[in-house]
Amino acid sequence: MPDLLFELFSEEIPARMQARAADDLRRMVTDRLVAEGLVYEGAKAFATPRRLTLTVHGIPARQSDLKEERKGPRVGGPEAAISGFLKATGLTSLDQAKIQRDPKKGDFYIALIEKPGRATLDVLADILPVIIRTFPWPKAMRWGERSARAGALQWVRPLHAIVATFGMETEEPEVVKFAVDGIAAGQTTYGHRFMAPAPINVRRFEDYAAKLVDAKVVLDAERRKDIILTDARQLAFAQGFELVEDQGLLDEVAGLVEWPVVLMGSFDPEFLSIPGEVIRATIRTNLKCFVVSDPSTGKLTNKFIPTANIEASDGGKAITAGNERVIRARLSDAKFFYATDLKTKLEDRLPKFDSIVFHEKLGTQGERIVRIELLTAEIAPLVGADVEKAKRAARLAKADLLTEVVGEFPELQGLMGKYYALAQGEDASVAAASEEHYKPQGPADRVPTDPVSVTVALADKIDTLAGFWAIDEKPTGSKDPYALRRAALGVIRLILENALRLSVLKTAGAAVRGLQGPATRHPVVDSDKLAADLLAFFADRLKVQLREQGARHDLVDAVFALGGQDDLLMVVRRVEALGQFLDSDDGKNLLAGTKRAANILRIEEKKDGRTFDGAPDASLYGLAEEKTLAKAIAQVTQDAGAAVAKEDFAGAMGAMAKLRPAVDAFFDKVKVNDDDPKLRENRLKLLNEIRAATRAVADFSRIEG
Amino acid sequence: MDAIPPHMRPERSFQGFILALQRFWADQGCVILQPYDMEMGAGTFHPATTLRALGPRPWKAAYVQPSRRPKDGRYGENPNRLQHYYQFQVIIKPSPPDLQELYLKSLAAIGIDAGLHDIRFVEDDWESPTLGAWGLGWECWCDGMEVSQFTYFQQVAGVECAPVAGELTYGLERLAMYVQGVDRVYDLNFNGRDGAERVTYGDVFLQAEQEYSRHNFEYSDAEMLFQQFAMAEQACRKYLAAGWKDGGNRREHLMALPAYDQCIKASHVFNLLDARGVISVTERQSYIMRVRELAKACGEAWVHTEAGGAS
Repeated sequence: MPDLLFELFSEEIPARMQARAADDLRRMVTDRLVAEGLVYEGAKAFATPRRLTLTVHGIPARQSDLKEERKGPRVGGPEAAISGFLKATGLTSLDQAKIQRDPKKGDFYIALIEKPGRATLDVLADILPVIIRTFPWPKAMRWGERSARAGALQWVRPLHAIVATFGMETEEPEVVKFAVDGIAAGQTTYGHRFMAPAPINVRRFEDYAAKLVDAKVVLDAERRKDIILTDARQLAFAQGFELVEDQGLLDEVAGLVEWPVVLMGSFDPEFLSIPGEVIRATIRTNLKCFVVSDPSTGKLTNKFIPTANIEASDGGKAITAGNERVIRARLSDAKFFYATDLKTKLEDRLPKFDSIVFHEKLGTQGERIVRIELLTAEIAPLVGADVEKAKRAARLAKADLLTEVVGEFPELQGLMGKYYALAQGEDASVAAASEEHYKPQGPADRVPTDPVSVTVALADKIDTLAGFWAIDEKPTGSKDPYALRRAALGVIRLILENALRLSVLKTAGAAVRGLQGPATRHPVVDSDKLAADLLAFFADRLKVQLREQGARHDLVDAVFALGGQDDLLMVVRRVEALGQFLDSDDGKNLLAGTKRAANILRIEEKKDGRTFDGAPDASLYGLAEEKTLAKAIAQVTQDAGAAVAKEDFAGAMGAMAKLRPAVDAFFDKVKVNDDDPKLRENRLKLLNEIRAATRAVADFSRIEG
Repeated sequence: MDAIPPHMRPERSFQGFILALQRFWADQGCVILQPYDMEMGAGTFHPATTLRALGPRPWKAAYVQPSRRPKDGRYGENPNRLQHYYQFQVIIKPSPPDLQELYLKSLAAIGIDAGLHDIRFVEDDWESPTLGAWGLGWECWCDGMEVSQFTYFQQVAGVECAPVAGELTYGLERLAMYVQGVDRVYDLNFNGRDGAERVTYGDVFLQAEQEYSRHNFEYSDAEMLFQQFAMAEQACRKYLAAGWKDGGNRREHLMALPAYDQCIKASHVFNLLDARGVISVTERQSYIMRVRELAKACGEAWVHTEAGGAS
């Protein structure tokens, strides 16, 4: 079956858009083909800086003919119905219609409509220009003379040529005949901009790909990445070094070249006095080059690896020399920035924060730092951190935002703070907190463990959450501009992974008090409600988190429903123990029993309009099962209570399990709604005791199943 | 190239370098203009670009524009940052289909051989909030160094470009440093002579960099500048209002250029105030918006003039 070759040749496409564009092209063309009844065998799309290419193979040469019978009005039906039928089916007279016999309802007309399939070449000529005109570039532009006309073509950068051929391997393929904004599809493409700019006549994908290689174009981005990575590793290895791999940079570089030529240059080793991360950021951001490390020390060496787009006539000497000059200038800047930064102590930068607005309604960065420091003092003892160190860390943690290096490379925030703190002789934990307090940034990020870092990380995030809650800027739906969900998840992970005992309500309360202090302009009205709202948000995030780990969200609800559960570590321990218990037969049956008790109680409470709180009267127990149950409840309440007090939730569950036979026997033998109202009341009170006893670990009524 | 005397070779002299570019673009049919006689932050502000980019009439121009960036002053101490430097600006409307090729040829004309160097077009979307303008294009790299800006204007002064103009901006000092092989801008050979006759960029501009840095950061008269900003803004609006022919029918405008001068003025005064550190972050935004409003109103007037209009 025939194949399609489709290439859109343009001026340089931004590297970050290429992969997506290739995908879009493949999807759009194949979707349209399938919608046209043309099922293909395979398709693959490619992108280089100057072209998007699609090959679709095994497309039928024609659409199949469509035969359709359409039912019409009955024979001798009204004139209007018959003329409508003729019009709708395209028949010129009733002679062309078939008559279908139907002895019951009467004979009626049938139109046989035959829609002959079109040649795929013609279908392609219709769909390809539409795809070009509706292509979803993130940003598109007009250009040239035609840009003055209405409906001018928009493309990511000026589009110069279109190749579109269709045909069998054995035959000369045909050009798909169409034109978009004056650019006619044809068989001509171009090679590398500098090394092979002449036009190339192509027939189909096989010769196209081969001719491009001859014309110094590697069509496949994956292949370009392979070449760059292999050559870069090789160049580094040959000198006894190791390439510092960087996937994001590799993707970008592969989108900047059609013919990668990997080179190696060096810079003055005196620059190695700058922190390695700064060197790497400088070289990566400004020059899109890789850096190289020495495997024996793990530190950067004074080498770098540029990827050129050309086999230069001097073997790349001038290119390497040029890159070296740029790197020298950039590293000189970086070194100057770093040296300048070191001249100012971090604390001396703080006053400047007083004139930088954090959020219009939440005051300045300076005010925020004061709040974080205050909150740090509250949290430190709970985390086991040295209070003075934690406060010091909180005071300095943001100071690097005002340094030159971070101004130049925002991605180094925190890390530079650590360097500067160490340089001015801060305690190692205090310095580390500059970097660590931003963590965890996402679900995959590491959670800090040093108590000082943990304290500042918690204070930073909880202040943010309390602040935005106070000014009612909570996340809604998909909108979370201040990344508050991430902050809450960060708090949860900090607490759980460090096994911290922290009252969320108390801590949030302290954060809210901080907001109400002199360091804010918009005092919060109801601090208790705010803290409770925040706790609910944490509960939600915890549910999401536990669900992702496979826990049942109803168990989380069951624990939070107990009320006053704001110790997230304990909540999770309860949920875990509860989950294990409910997996056992004892658990399942006890759950069934408590649910039955709860259902009966709900109905009877509603009927009587009262609750059945209070201790049952032991003298009213007539049946052995009542006595046994009462005894079991007393025992379980005591045992489970003791276990919970020791935070032994598995133990509490074990104790709870002992309730099961008594509950089962009670429901088996005892009629709750006895005719004697006194007995009935007493038995309902006993049921209520079951509910109360199980509440030692969770609200069983919230558990599903 | 053989006809060029040694002191005029682009790799030897800064002025020869500029002349080579001018010569190249003159050969492409551009009018070679002289710098606009007002202070501005970039060559784009020149009415030959901002205003001429608008409207249907074809336009090809090239010129050097001294560019003032008060904030970038470094008292002459930084090897490549200046508060006053030169841009070479090319504007061609409509953008020709071979503009990239022309650009590469212009590099060859100043001694950059595309077979020897790694020349790259790296995504860079251009936007000027003060001019209400945006376009798509690239930074042009030579061996890892950004040497030019290449933009297809889509909108200028709030008006859609129809047709689109192509704009090239060369950072002259940086390119010349590359071609001459010097690492410090002040070491550029300005006149291409040797020995006692040699004049460097530093001879011409170092003292100016020191003096203007002092002025821009420490001594510029903020009070006066605030007033100048307000005056320029008012004058711009006044001229725009008065320029509509036959009163207010808004069909023909007769004073777009003088009004636009005041917009340029306001923009530069704002840059001076910004460098002086007397504009807060929030105010900053509002000043930028005020200049943009002026630019937009000037663009609106321009497309109703003879050179900017359809008729």
